[in-house]
Amino acid sequence: MQAVLLATLPGIGVLTWFFGPGTLINILFGGLLALALEYSALRLRDRNPKRYLQDYSVLVTSTLLCIALPPYAPWWLVTAGILSAVILGKHVFGGLGYNPFNPAMVGYVVLLISFPLQMSSWQAPRGLGEIPGVAESLTALLVPASYDGVTMATPLDILRQNKGLLLDDLYNNSPQFGQWAGIGWEWVNIAFLAGGAWLIYRGIFTWHAPVAMLFTLGLCAAIGFDSGSSESGGSPLFHWLSGATMFGAFFIITDPVSGATSNRGRLVFGALVGVLLYLIRVAGNYPDAVAFAVLILNFAAPFIDQYTQPVTYGHKPIKRDDE
Amino acid sequence: MNTFFNIHGGIHPEEEKHLSNPGTVLDAGLPQSLVLPLSQHIGKPSSLCVKPGDYVLGGQLLAEADGMVSVPLHAPTSGTVIAIEPRPVPHPSALDNLCLELACDGEDRWIEYRGCEDWRTETPESLISRISAAGIAGMGGAGFPTAVKLMARERLPLTTLIINGTECEPYITADDTLMQVDAAGIVEGAQILARILAVEDILLAVEDNKPAALAAMRKAAETAGEHCKVMTFPTKYPSGGEKQLIEILTGQQVPAGGLPADLGIVCQNPGTAVAARDAVCHGKPLTDRIVTLTGRALMRPGNYRTRLGTPIEHLLTVAGFDPSQNRRLIHGGPMMGFALESAAVPIVKTTNCILVPTEQELPTPPDAQACIRCGLCAEACPASLLPQQLYWYARAKDQEQLERHHLADCIECGACSWVCPSHIPLVQYYRAAKGMIRESKAEKVRSDRSRDRFEAREARLEQEAIAREAQRAARRAAAEKKAAAGGADDPVAAAIARAKAKKESAGNEESGS
Repeated sequence: MQAVLLATLPGIGVLTWFFGPGTLINILFGGLLALALEYSALRLRDRNPKRYLQDYSVLVTSTLLCIALPPYAPWWLVTAGILSAVILGKHVFGGLGYNPFNPAMVGYVVLLISFPLQMSSWQAPRGLGEIPGVAESLTALLVPASYDGVTMATPLDILRQNKGLLLDDLYNNSPQFGQWAGIGWEWVNIAFLAGGAWLIYRGIFTWHAPVAMLFTLGLCAAIGFDSGSSESGGSPLFHWLSGATMFGAFFIITDPVSGATSNRGRLVFGALVGVLLYLIRVAGNYPDAVAFAVLILNFAAPFIDQYTQPVTYGHKPIKRDDE
Repeated sequence: MNTFFNIHGGIHPEEEKHLSNPGTVLDAGLPQSLVLPLSQHIGKPSSLCVKPGDYVLGGQLLAEADGMVSVPLHAPTSGTVIAIEPRPVPHPSALDNLCLELACDGEDRWIEYRGCEDWRTETPESLISRISAAGIAGMGGAGFPTAVKLMARERLPLTTLIINGTECEPYITADDTLMQVDAAGIVEGAQILARILAVEDILLAVEDNKPAALAAMRKAAETAGEHCKVMTFPTKYPSGGEKQLIEILTGQQVPAGGLPADLGIVCQNPGTAVAARDAVCHGKPLTDRIVTLTGRALMRPGNYRTRLGTPIEHLLTVAGFDPSQNRRLIHGGPMMGFALESAAVPIVKTTNCILVPTEQELPTPPDAQACIRCGLCAEACPASLLPQQLYWYARAKDQEQLERHHLADCIECGACSWVCPSHIPLVQYYRAAKGMIRESKAEKVRSDRSRDRFEAREARLEQEAIAREAQRAARRAAAEKKAAAGGADDPVAAAIARAKAKKESAGNEESGS
């Protein structure tokens, strides 16, 4: 679990560079809150808090949720998210190992449905808007009414709302687009990809789910690219480097508790997340869809497990020589 | 290097084999008394042929094989039988079992035994009977009666004998040592076994972490012709599992629920091969074996030639045991062995190692944490099972899912528990679940049987009722026939007439008064 926390650092670093210290403040505030909630929940459940707090799982949950939250979110938004994640996503099911859904994504979806406005206010990236300092970040968190930041539609929003422009024109007309995808976002995704690759190298999780997800997302995008017409769903590279793609591929769907458990199962799980992610992005009501795609597939994980059992020793069909 | 095939999973724990200095055999000496369990093998316990007070010589028969799947037991030295009673034996259940205690007289006098002149001219049947009479049971750990295993050729066509000198379990070097000191004996034993099985190919399998044993075996195999080959392959636990070794050497998997013989293969342990050679060539019964005494709580670890029945406390004294350093005694190795409740238990035919680790060396496992389904266990499982799923189903006692996930194919090697980051003792769950399934199957057999009995009884009662009814009907028919033939003869009609007459006469008296 500590390794997972370490591996988020490059992504957090790039987020902070492009969008300012808001994410860091979220993570610190959310982390403290999560620890306090975990401690109380363990006490209420009559478990030894000291022993269970050492597994770092609650910090992983809170950090992942806070990375996904918009920077400069008000305190009550972070609090509601952490409460949903830790209590509703985890402890009501019996704590670590027993939660059928990814707790961070439970928290995220509760917020996304309840507070769509706050959840879609993303700070404009460095170069397109002023980046707040630490003092302003704290104001945004603690006294949200007196904070006024510069928010801007994200590239995924722009693409979803595109009516009639060719993709090239859309890129040229919107300052948010960078070299491959959105300014800032492309580097955020590359940083999470790097962190994830390191975790695979360390053997923390296997490559199956992330690779399958990125493969099907790329495949769907290639099919829906429509050579960049006004109907285009965006290129594979755009989808890989936009929104929460890499973060989701390496830090969300790799959660072993709520995902499929065999390697074959992980391939199926990841592939289906990729397909759903694309479908919701281009045809759904939300610009990004990692959380929904993951939660829906969490439902399906036990079912996937039933049909992806590896062939046990001695159970291979015997080849017959006489045929 | 020969070709070999990769198996799924496996782990690389610290080997720790150097500790017991493989290649040198030390003498464990003669204890004051020996405790010989009557069940040191799989199958029925041997049946006693001595009684308390009897004086016996070394090599003398103490107990005979009881039925087909059983082996005889011989005295490992001379002395007096002083007790026949339940004693603690090396078994995970820690239950007592019937044992014979032999007070050694220290003279170590032996009966004379003689082998055959030339095994090459003996019939397989006579060779099997010699092995059977010597009380040999698989010395690798399972303890299946060797003679019974050798009869596999009657049922299936066999091609290959594998001598399993893999010894992949950490710490243990008993087979390694035997291969170094008596490679010729192993090869000759293997040839005898091959003759019995009527197989041509002999594969001597040695993991590549035993260069000295490998060299010795290669040298000995040179004399045995081109069909006797030494096979080596990279060290990995549990390559020495019978099924795993067969896949490594042949690329084939033993079908689930089947035996190696289904592939034309029989596996034997090097110790078993030497014991068979001794039985056939010298007529010597199995009364001792090499036991690895190891662990950092021993001052003189090593491989000791030990008489069967030697109490472990005697061995601990011989090997320089430091009780302040140790809290656990393990029968077998760190992966598949089990903790002993007491040092009073004896060495048996299947004891290859007694591990006496310090707490630092083999720490008591920390409390288990929650399973997060990380899947490391599935990566390590040599049987390609999903241990994480089996764990849930074992806890839920979900028999149907346990069977669907092939619990029965778990070889209990412990690789899953070893890699588990949450320190869950997975294998123990599987053992318990297997026991539960066994019991419920036995229960089902019992209930089926009582249902059958009940139904048979019902059917019988019904049959009897029908038969009685038929009899009654027959009698009635006969009586009616008779009545029809002559009314006076009908007893019922006569009785009715009598009653009527009586009533009438009574009525007359009444009216007259």
